[in-house]
Amino acid sequence: MAGIKAFDEMTSAPDGVRAPYRDVAQWLADTPAATLEAKRSEVDQFYRRQGITFGAYGATDGHETTIPFDIIPRVIAHDEWQYLERGLTQRVRALNAFLTDAYGERQICRAGVIPERQLLLNAEFVPLAQDLDLPGGVHCHIAGIDIVRVGERDFFVLEDNVRTPSGVSYVLENREVMMRLAPELFASMGVLPVANYTEELLATLRSVSFSDDAEPNVVLLTPGPYNSAYFEHAFLADEMGIELVEGTDLFVDEGRVYMRTPRGPQRVDVIYRRIDDAFLDPLAFRPDSLLGLPGLIGALRSRRVNVVNAIGNGVADDKSTYVYVPDMIRFYLGEEPILQNVPTHRGDRPDDLKFILDHLPELVVKEVHGSGGKGMLVGPTSSKAEIEEFRAHLVAHPYDYIAQPTLALSTCPTFVNQGVAPRHVDLRPFVLSGKEITIVPGGLTRVALKDGSLVVNSSQGGGTKDTWVLGPNGQHGQQVPLQSQSQSQS
Amino acid sequence: MLSSTAKNLYWMGRYLQRAENMARLLEATQRTALQSSKTEAFDVAEMYGLADAFEAIHPDGELPQLIDFMTLNVENPSSVINSVRAARDNARAERNNLTTDVWESLNGLWLEVAAIARRRRSVDRGAFVETVKKQTVMIAGAAQSTLLRDEAWNFLSLGTYLERADNTIRILDVKYHRLQPDGAPQARDGVDYYGWSEILTCIGALRTYRRVYRARIEPRKVAELMILRRDLPRSIHHCLWQLDLSMRELAELYGNRGEADRQAGALHAELRYGRIDDIFEAGLRDFLEDLRDRLDELSSEIGRQFLLD
Repeated sequence: MAGIKAFDEMTSAPDGVRAPYRDVAQWLADTPAATLEAKRSEVDQFYRRQGITFGAYGATDGHETTIPFDIIPRVIAHDEWQYLERGLTQRVRALNAFLTDAYGERQICRAGVIPERQLLLNAEFVPLAQDLDLPGGVHCHIAGIDIVRVGERDFFVLEDNVRTPSGVSYVLENREVMMRLAPELFASMGVLPVANYTEELLATLRSVSFSDDAEPNVVLLTPGPYNSAYFEHAFLADEMGIELVEGTDLFVDEGRVYMRTPRGPQRVDVIYRRIDDAFLDPLAFRPDSLLGLPGLIGALRSRRVNVVNAIGNGVADDKSTYVYVPDMIRFYLGEEPILQNVPTHRGDRPDDLKFILDHLPELVVKEVHGSGGKGMLVGPTSSKAEIEEFRAHLVAHPYDYIAQPTLALSTCPTFVNQGVAPRHVDLRPFVLSGKEITIVPGGLTRVALKDGSLVVNSSQGGGTKDTWVLGPNGQHGQQVPLQSQSQSQS
Repeated sequence: MLSSTAKNLYWMGRYLQRAENMARLLEATQRTALQSSKTEAFDVAEMYGLADAFEAIHPDGELPQLIDFMTLNVENPSSVINSVRAARDNARAERNNLTTDVWESLNGLWLEVAAIARRRRSVDRGAFVETVKKQTVMIAGAAQSTLLRDEAWNFLSLGTYLERADNTIRILDVKYHRLQPDGAPQARDGVDYYGWSEILTCIGALRTYRRVYRARIEPRKVAELMILRRDLPRSIHHCLWQLDLSMRELAELYGNRGEADRQAGALHAELRYGRIDDIFEAGLRDFLEDLRDRLDELSSEIGRQFLLD
């Protein structure tokens, strides 16, 4: 991605160091590379010993992979965070209102803001979620909103994840590690804590039970130890002190869900599931699923058990729905969006399509229902032939594509083999919605460890960093109130 | 707590105990072999019903081959590496119900064992056995000093003591009868000192024997110590006592009793009031075999009663 000049979160300042990073810069200057290297290998040992791993569990040689952790924290100033927090709260309120409406009266369609076919013909639309009438009107209890930064005051939402977003265990474990590795630096900066996440999560889960029990029974439903995120499932259940269950630990009797225990069946009120909709209940969705619980959706519809996140949420975080989120905010909340979308051109609009076709070498084109980089064109890094081949698909199926400019994601100093160097990052804060909305300050910072790479996914050489949100007494950013920049929305 | 959790903890207890017992047994066997230049490789394989499988791979039945077969051979279901791996898999599924101390020490054992297995050609078998013995003691210590004494603890305990009782029975059965083929309580002429001390070393009780009896090693006393002595942590009586205690605690927690409680109580009472002379009179071998059958039955009954199957 040569030629892209990115905003660097530490050094893009007139005097060479942005205020929130002053202590970090000093720490880096004072710490010899050998010490950093020693710290890095210490971390790797720690993660391996704790079994904080992902991927191929059960490899016969005892090898499990750890996600690389970068020992240089990413810092977010207090005022920057306040801005993000306001924007995230607003966005998730709108998404919840939208999902209630999408599976209710669909007023937003009647008002002509979103065409009804956008919902009803969407592959992610789940008719069984119609009129669920969930406690508090909450459908996305846990949202992971991916945010990228491109300038001092320019943040964009890249993606909303409201199905089963993962990664929060790394937020918590990374913090534990950083506090051990750099205690003085940590203490000097007034970093806001993240450790209360699991408490807030449990409170959120309990607050959406259908029953009036003071202590509803909440369980975490996992696909099992072979799932790549199993560590996180076990970690969260452990931290919350709730049972980690697989489908076979549960059964449905007379419309109620129970778990099998040595003392007999015990009722379950709320299921925090980390299994996709399609595998949740073989009676309702894929009949060949062995992971789920037969009869679960029946119990949900008869309001005996709540399922978190709700079923059918995919209709809200789908790439084709993404473009409507700013309109949702205006429609449901009567407010202007605080956080902006990345300007997105849609293949199903003739003017947009012409623009896309004229600017293919500069754009990132994504398939609406694709994920994980499938069906995607990154213009600036593609050959002429690849672009022309993609052009043909686009002309044939314009409805299936959207296009966005190639963003110069901000960079942060990162400890790589060559020493400390800037690498591109993104941010996934986790937004909890129950009776109220709670956001633990920070989130998962993913970093592209390869020089120049914009791909932060762990499957493609990405790592993580601890994200330090500074408290009100920490060093501030530019002291200028952050404002949303007006974006040309197509 | 889930039934599947109870099951995982029960099996974690069994597999860990199996790994530890095997390490102790191999160490004792190796020590004796050094001192008396006798090898008993087939005895040990026979103890676990693996004599044929062992002979098929190693017809000469040398001790180093036995140790290899019993430690690192992944085809052998009773090998130490398989037991550690199974214990670790059970623990991994139940990290929630274990403390960090227990999990980390068990995971640490697995990582060490797996690393040794990868350098297979240059394995120091003595060091391997030593590592397993040390680490399993550390895991037990971590469990003892950090785990909540709740239902999970009791299921872990059931697995641990069932397996340990079974192990002591196997050692006595095979090793005792090799030294005393007629099962007599008195030593024959020319006492095989190394043989008898080896039996005691298998359960870490050689010094204990001397402290308790202040006498020469005699078959009858060895049997008495290993079967009836309640305060010896690896004696059959001790194991059945602990088993019964855990069953009682679970009965209290759950507010009901079942067939498994009756069986555990009966087994415990029998050992508690048993006399070594009566056991020899009726025949040691029959006594041990009957005990093993009844332990198997108890194990199945526990599975039924707590929905572990």
